[in-house]
Amino acid sequence: MTSLLNIFLLIPLLGLILSFLIRKEKELLMSRIAFYTAGLTLVSVIAYSIAWIKLGHNSINLKEVAIYTSKNYEFTVDLYFDKITMVYLTVGAFLTFLITIYSRYYLHRESGYKRFFNTILFFYLGYNLTVLSGNFETLFIGWEILGISSFLLIAFYRDRYLPVRNAVKVFSVYRIGDVGILLAMWASHHLWHENITFAKLYNYELVHEHLSGHTWVGVFISLMILIAAVAKSAQLPFSSWLARAMEGPTTSSAIFYGSLSVHFGVFLLLRTMPFWEQQTSVRILIGVVGVSTAIITTLIARVQSSMKSQIAYASIAQIGIIFLEVALGLDTLALIHFAGNAGLRTYQLLVSPSAVSYLIREQFYNYQPRTQDMEDTIPKRLEYTLYWLSVKEFFLDRLMNQLIFDPLKKAGRQLNFINLKNVFYYFIPAYLIGIILLFNEDKIPEIIHANLPVVYALIGLLMVLRSFTERKSPILAWLLIILNHFWMALAISFNEHFEWDHTAWYLSGIVICGALGLLLLRKLRQDESLYFDLNTYYGHVYEYPGMAFVFLIVSLGLAGFPITPSFIGEDLIFSHIHDHQFLLAFFNSMGYIMGGISIIRIYARLFLGPHIKTYHETPYKSS
Amino acid sequence: MSENHHFDVNTCLKELKHYLPAQAPLKDFIHHNTLHAFQQMPFHEAMQQASEMFGYKVYVSLDEYRQHYKNGRISEQSVLNAISNRHSNDSAEVWRQRLLQKNYDTKLHNRIGQLRSIWGNSYKINLDKFTHPTLFRLLNHYLDQGISMHQFPVHPDGFIASIREMQKHSYISIFKTERARLLFEHSDIDIQYLLDILVGDERLYETYLFDQQFAHPGWSGMVSVLEDQPISLYDTRKISLSELIKFELLLEIDGMDSKFGESWQALKTAVDTIPESIFKKPSYSELSEVLAIWQEAFEWTYYNEVLMGLQHKRALSTPAKDISFHALFCIDDRECSFRRHVESIDPNADTYGTPGFFNVEFYFQPENGKFHTKVCPAPLSPKHLIKEAESHNKNGSDMHFTKKSHTLISGWLISQTLGFWSALKLFANIFKPGLSPATSYSFRHMDQQGKLSIEHQTGTADVDGLQVGFTIEEMSNRVEGLLKSIGLYTIGDTLIYAIGHGASSINNTHYAGYDCGACSGRPGSVNARVISYMGNHKEVRKILKERGINIHDNARFIGALHDTTRDEIEFYDINQLSESQKKAHDNHAKDFRLALDRNAKERSRRFILLNTRRDASVVHEKVKLRSVSLFEPRPELNHATNSLCIVGGRHLSYGLFLDRRAFLNSYNAKTDPEGRYLLPILNAVAPVCGGINLEYYFSRTDNFKLGAGTKLPHNVMGLIGVANGTDGDLRTGLPWQMVEVHEPLRLLCIVEHYPDVILDVLSKNKATEQWFLNNWIHLVAIDPDNGSNYLYDQKSFKPLALTNQETPETNRILQILEENDDNLPVYLITEDHDITA
Repeated sequence: MTSLLNIFLLIPLLGLILSFLIRKEKELLMSRIAFYTAGLTLVSVIAYSIAWIKLGHNSINLKEVAIYTSKNYEFTVDLYFDKITMVYLTVGAFLTFLITIYSRYYLHRESGYKRFFNTILFFYLGYNLTVLSGNFETLFIGWEILGISSFLLIAFYRDRYLPVRNAVKVFSVYRIGDVGILLAMWASHHLWHENITFAKLYNYELVHEHLSGHTWVGVFISLMILIAAVAKSAQLPFSSWLARAMEGPTTSSAIFYGSLSVHFGVFLLLRTMPFWEQQTSVRILIGVVGVSTAIITTLIARVQSSMKSQIAYASIAQIGIIFLEVALGLDTLALIHFAGNAGLRTYQLLVSPSAVSYLIREQFYNYQPRTQDMEDTIPKRLEYTLYWLSVKEFFLDRLMNQLIFDPLKKAGRQLNFINLKNVFYYFIPAYLIGIILLFNEDKIPEIIHANLPVVYALIGLLMVLRSFTERKSPILAWLLIILNHFWMALAISFNEHFEWDHTAWYLSGIVICGALGLLLLRKLRQDESLYFDLNTYYGHVYEYPGMAFVFLIVSLGLAGFPITPSFIGEDLIFSHIHDHQFLLAFFNSMGYIMGGISIIRIYARLFLGPHIKTYHETPYKSS
Repeated sequence: MSENHHFDVNTCLKELKHYLPAQAPLKDFIHHNTLHAFQQMPFHEAMQQASEMFGYKVYVSLDEYRQHYKNGRISEQSVLNAISNRHSNDSAEVWRQRLLQKNYDTKLHNRIGQLRSIWGNSYKINLDKFTHPTLFRLLNHYLDQGISMHQFPVHPDGFIASIREMQKHSYISIFKTERARLLFEHSDIDIQYLLDILVGDERLYETYLFDQQFAHPGWSGMVSVLEDQPISLYDTRKISLSELIKFELLLEIDGMDSKFGESWQALKTAVDTIPESIFKKPSYSELSEVLAIWQEAFEWTYYNEVLMGLQHKRALSTPAKDISFHALFCIDDRECSFRRHVESIDPNADTYGTPGFFNVEFYFQPENGKFHTKVCPAPLSPKHLIKEAESHNKNGSDMHFTKKSHTLISGWLISQTLGFWSALKLFANIFKPGLSPATSYSFRHMDQQGKLSIEHQTGTADVDGLQVGFTIEEMSNRVEGLLKSIGLYTIGDTLIYAIGHGASSINNTHYAGYDCGACSGRPGSVNARVISYMGNHKEVRKILKERGINIHDNARFIGALHDTTRDEIEFYDINQLSESQKKAHDNHAKDFRLALDRNAKERSRRFILLNTRRDASVVHEKVKLRSVSLFEPRPELNHATNSLCIVGGRHLSYGLFLDRRAFLNSYNAKTDPEGRYLLPILNAVAPVCGGINLEYYFSRTDNFKLGAGTKLPHNVMGLIGVANGTDGDLRTGLPWQMVEVHEPLRLLCIVEHYPDVILDVLSKNKATEQWFLNNWIHLVAIDPDNGSNYLYDQKSFKPLALTNQETPETNRILQILEENDDNLPVYLITEDHDITA
C-alpha cells in the first residue's frame, strides 16, 4: 500500500516524457497520452482512496529515496498520504481528467497544441508531487514546478505583449512567496536538526517540546509559511495577480486559477497545521488575513464588468473564507469548501463565453431601468469611494511595487557603473582577495570574520539586483547571476568548514548551465545584434524555437530549478547558515529568488512577446 | 488632409471615426468590410495605403502565394494573364521572375504610433501602461450591460459627466496628481488645450490623436459606434469619442505629472522633424505590385474554373420539371448545399434564393420582451412592429450565471453545494452534451405555437412610433416585391416554402454572426412565417392577381426555419393545412430531413475530429452535438470559403457542385428586362455579401490586427465585446477558428443580364457602384441569350476570354465529399448513383 504511492508520480512523469517525444502534428496521439495519463491516475487515485479508507485510513509516510546523504545532512524525497492528500489528489485528478478531454477539442488546430499538453502534464506532475510531499524539500520541488508551469501557461500566447508581461509579473509574485518557503525550510532545519517530515509534525509532544524552547523560531517558521500560502492563494496583499493570470486558453485558466493552483496556499496551511496550530497568534493572523481578503475582494468582485476577473475575485473571496476555516481548525469544512469552490469556478470559467447570449437574453426579458439619485449624502460618498477603490483594486498593485519591487530596482540602479566591460575588473580581484582571505582565515580578526559571510552574501545579492535592473546587455545580466552564486559559495565557505563537495554540488549545475546559457546568448547576439537587449520584448522564439527551448532549460538550471545538483546544493548551503544568521539567510534566499525573476526576465524579453520582425502579422501591444 | 497646419478638433474627430473599426456590440454583430475606410480607393491601392498607415497585412504572405503556385492552386495561365492585365508584354518575363523568385523585404511598416513612441524612447515612460488599464476599466464599467453587481453611477449627460459625478462625491480622487484633477473638475475640457500641454505643436496634433486612439482601436471603435447608434445597447449609454479622448489626454497628463512633476517639456521638444502625414499617399512599391498580381492570379485561377463550369453547364440541357413544390431559401452560402441535396432527392423541387428577411422589414417583439429587435437588413429602418402572443417559450435559468455566487455569504453556500453539482455538470457535458439554458438556440427565437400580430387591425395604437402589423396593401407590396424579384409569377397547386435560417451554439460570443445577416443577426423564423401569412391572405392574392402574379387557390405558403448548425428544420402553422396539403407536406418534410442528413454529412468533412464516412444519420447526430458542446470552438464554419455570388436563375448553377462557396440570389432577366428588381438586389448583395466576404478576407490575412485572434483566451467584457485576458483592448473582426479554412479571395459577383442593363442599374446607386468600380468585388455579366461573359472594368463591360479548362463530371459526389477535407473543384454532377445513405 505504501509503496503504491509512487504511481501517482510515475504515471504523470511517464505521460510527460512520452508527450515530449511526439511530433507536433500528432494531435490525436498527444491528446490520447494526456487522456490516459489523467484517466489512469484518476482511476488509481479512486481505487487507492477507497482501499485506504477501508484499511483504517491511517496516515502513510513513504521515505522514497535519499538523494544525498552526508554526516549531518540528508536530502530525501518523502511522500505522505492522509485525508488532505486524498481530497486534493482526487479533486486534482478529476478536474485534470475532464480538462484534458475538454482541451482535446477545444485546442484542436491551435498552434501550441503540443506545448499546451506538455505544460498541463508538467503542471500535473508538480501538483501531485506537492500534494503527496512528505517533507518541505519534496514540497518545494513540486512548488517550483507549479510556478514555472504557471508562467508557461500564462505566457501560452507568447507572441502577444500582455500575456508575456503578466506571466513575468505573476511569476515574480510567486517567487516572492517562495522566499517564505525557503526561509521556513532553513529555520526548520535548525529547529529540528533534520529535514523534518510532515508525519513527525503530527507528534504533538515532539512539536510542543521543540517549540517551547524556541518560541520565536516557531513564530518565524509559521509566518514564512503564511507568506508562501498568501502569495499562492492570492490573498491580501497579493490578490491582484489572479485576474492578470487569465491570459491562457480558458481551459488552463479554469484549472489553474479557477481551481487547483490557487488553492495551494490552503493546502500548505493544512499540511503544516499541526505545527502552527499551537500558536494562537499565528492562527489569529491567518484568520485576519482570510477575513480581510474575503471582504475586500468581494468588494472588488462586485464592480468587475468582465467575466473572468469577476470569477477570479469571487474565488479569492471564498479562499479567504477557507483561510478563516483553517484558522478555526475546521479542516474538514475547509476541504469540502475547497472541492466545491474548485468545481464551481472551473465550470463558471468554462461557460463564461455563454454569458453574452444568456445574460443579454435575461436583460431582454427582465430589464428594469435604473434610477440614479443625484443628491450628495454621506452614504453616497462612501459608496463612490468604495466603488473607486474597488475599481483600482484597492491600489494593491501599486502597493506591491512600492513595497517590494521599486526599492529593489532602486538599489539595483545604484550599481549602474558595473557593465559588461568592467564587471570582471571588479569581480576577479575582489573574489581573489576573498579566496586568499579564506586560506588565511586564522589571521583575520574575529569581528571581521564573523561579518564577512554577510558582506559576501550582500555583494552577491547586489549583483542580482544589478542584473534585475539591467536594460541593455542580456549577457551582463546573465553573468551577474552566475557571479552571485560564486559569492554565495564563498560566503558559506567562511561560515562553516565543510566538505568541498558541498560547494561542488552547489556550483556544478550553475557552472554548466551558466556556460551553456552564455554560449546561446553569444550566438543570439551574433545573429541578431540589432535586436539584443533587455529594453523591450523581441519575440525571437518565432525564428529560434529550438534555441528558446534550450535556453529555457538552462535558465531553469541556473535558477536552481530541481533539474541539476545545484538544487540540492542550494539546500545544503542553507543548512550551513546558522540559526542566528538571519541576515545571511535572508540575503541568500533573496538572491536565489530575485535571480530566478531576473533570469525569467531575460528569457521573456529576448524570446517572448510580439516578434520584432514584422514580415508577418503581429498583434497590437494592447492585446 | 493634414497638410494643413491648422488643427481643427472636429475635422480630426470625423477622420478618426472614419478609420476606426465600425463593429457594433456582440448582440448586433453584423459582417462588414473591415477596411471600409479605404473603399473610395481602388482595391490594390487601398491595400497598400492601409498597410503602410496601420501595418496591416492585407494579402497572404509571398511564400504562401508561391506555395499555392507550386501546388497548382494558382495556375500558370492566370499568372500570365494577371501580369499582362497590368504590364506590357515586354516586361512580362521580368514580372514573372519577380513573382516566382525575387527576394523581397516583406517587412510591414506602419506610420501609426511613430510619434507617440517618443514617450517611450526619449522620456523613458510607458504611458500606455499608466493610462490603458484605468481607461479600459472605466469604459467597460460604464458601458457594462449586466455583468457587474455594483454598477457604475451613470449620469444621463454622458461618460465625462458620470466620472465627474463620481469624482465629486468621492473621498479619493480618480487622478493621482493635482493639475489633471483641477483640469478635470474646474474647466470645460478642451482637447486643443490639453494637446497644447502634452504635445505643444499644432502640426502634430492630428497624428498624435491617431496614434493615441489606434493604440486601442477596439475600445475607440466601440465608443464611436455607440456614439452614432446608441440603441445598439438595450441599457443605453451616452458617450462620444471626444469624451474618450478628453479623458485619455487627462490621464496622460496625470501619468506624466506623476512621474516628472509639472515641469516636463511637451512632446514637440523631442521631435526633430515633423513626421510625414499618416495619410500620405504611398509611393510606388514593387513588392505591392507583386502581391497585387499574385492576388489577381490566385482569384482568377478559381474564377476561371467557376465560369468555365457555368459554361459547360449551360451546354447541357436542364430537364423540364413537373414542379412538386417551390422553396425559397436565403441567399446565404450555407444554403447552397442544402438546396443541392433537396434537388437531388426530389428533382422536381423548384428552389430559389433571396435575402432571408423575405422582403418583410419590421421589428419583432417576443412575448414578455422588454425591447424589440430589428429583423431585416441593418441599413433599413422599419416602420412596423410584429408582436408575439401566447408564447410557451420558457427560458430556463442556469445558476452558474447568478451573481449570488460572487457574493460573500451566498457564495459560501453556493460554492459548497452547487460546486459539486458543477463538477458533475461539466462531466455530463463532456460525455453527453445536450441543450441547456446557456445554449443560444435558433428555434427559441420565436415560439412555434405562438401568435403573431401580422395583420394591422385598424384602431390599434402605434408602439414607439411603429405600426403594429401590416395593412393589406402593405402586405401585397411585399409579396409582390419578393416574387417578382425572383421571377416567380405563376404558382400552381403546390406548396411554397419560405425557409429562413438561424444557428445554435454554446460558449460562442459571436453567435449573432452565425444567424441570418439579412435579419440583422437574428434567425429568420419570424420573417418566414410572416411572409407566408401574407402570401396566404385571400385579399393579398386578389391584389397580386391584378399585378400579374397568379397563385392557385390551393397553393399554400409554409414558413420554416433551417438551423444551419444542427441541420434541423421546423415548419410553422402546419395545423392550418388542408388534408391533401398536409399529406403533400409530410412527404416534402421527409425529403427536407433526408437532405439535411446529407447536408450535415457534407459539412462534416471539414470537421477533422469527426468520422465522415459513417452513415449520414449517424454523422448528423454527431454534428448536432457540436452545437451544444461547451468545448467546441467551431459549432459550424459559418461563411468560411465564401467567394461567389450568382445573381440569376437556378438553371445557371443547377447540378453544379460549388462546395458551399456561393451566395445564390434568384433573378430572372427575362421578366425584368429593365433591371428594376436588379437594383435592390445589387444594393443588398454588395454590402451584405461583399461585407461578409471582405470581413473573412481581412480577418484571415491579418488575424491579429483585423481579426479577433484565437477565441480560446477571450474574456467577455461588459457583454458588448471580447478582449484577451482582463487588461486587453476589445478585439474586433472574426476569431481565428471562424476563418482558418477560409481562402482570402474577393467576391466574384456573376449577374445574368445584358451588360448595358447592368451598367444602367449601377449608375443609379453610387454607393453600390463603388464596390464594383474600385474592384472590392469583381463583377461578371452573363448574357442571358448566348451565355457570353463580360467583365466589369471602369464603368464598362469588356468581353472576357476564359482559359479553356475541363470541368470534371462526377456521379459520385457524396463519395468525393467523404474523401476530402480541403476545398474541392467545381464538378458537374451527372446523376447521383451513390445516394444510398
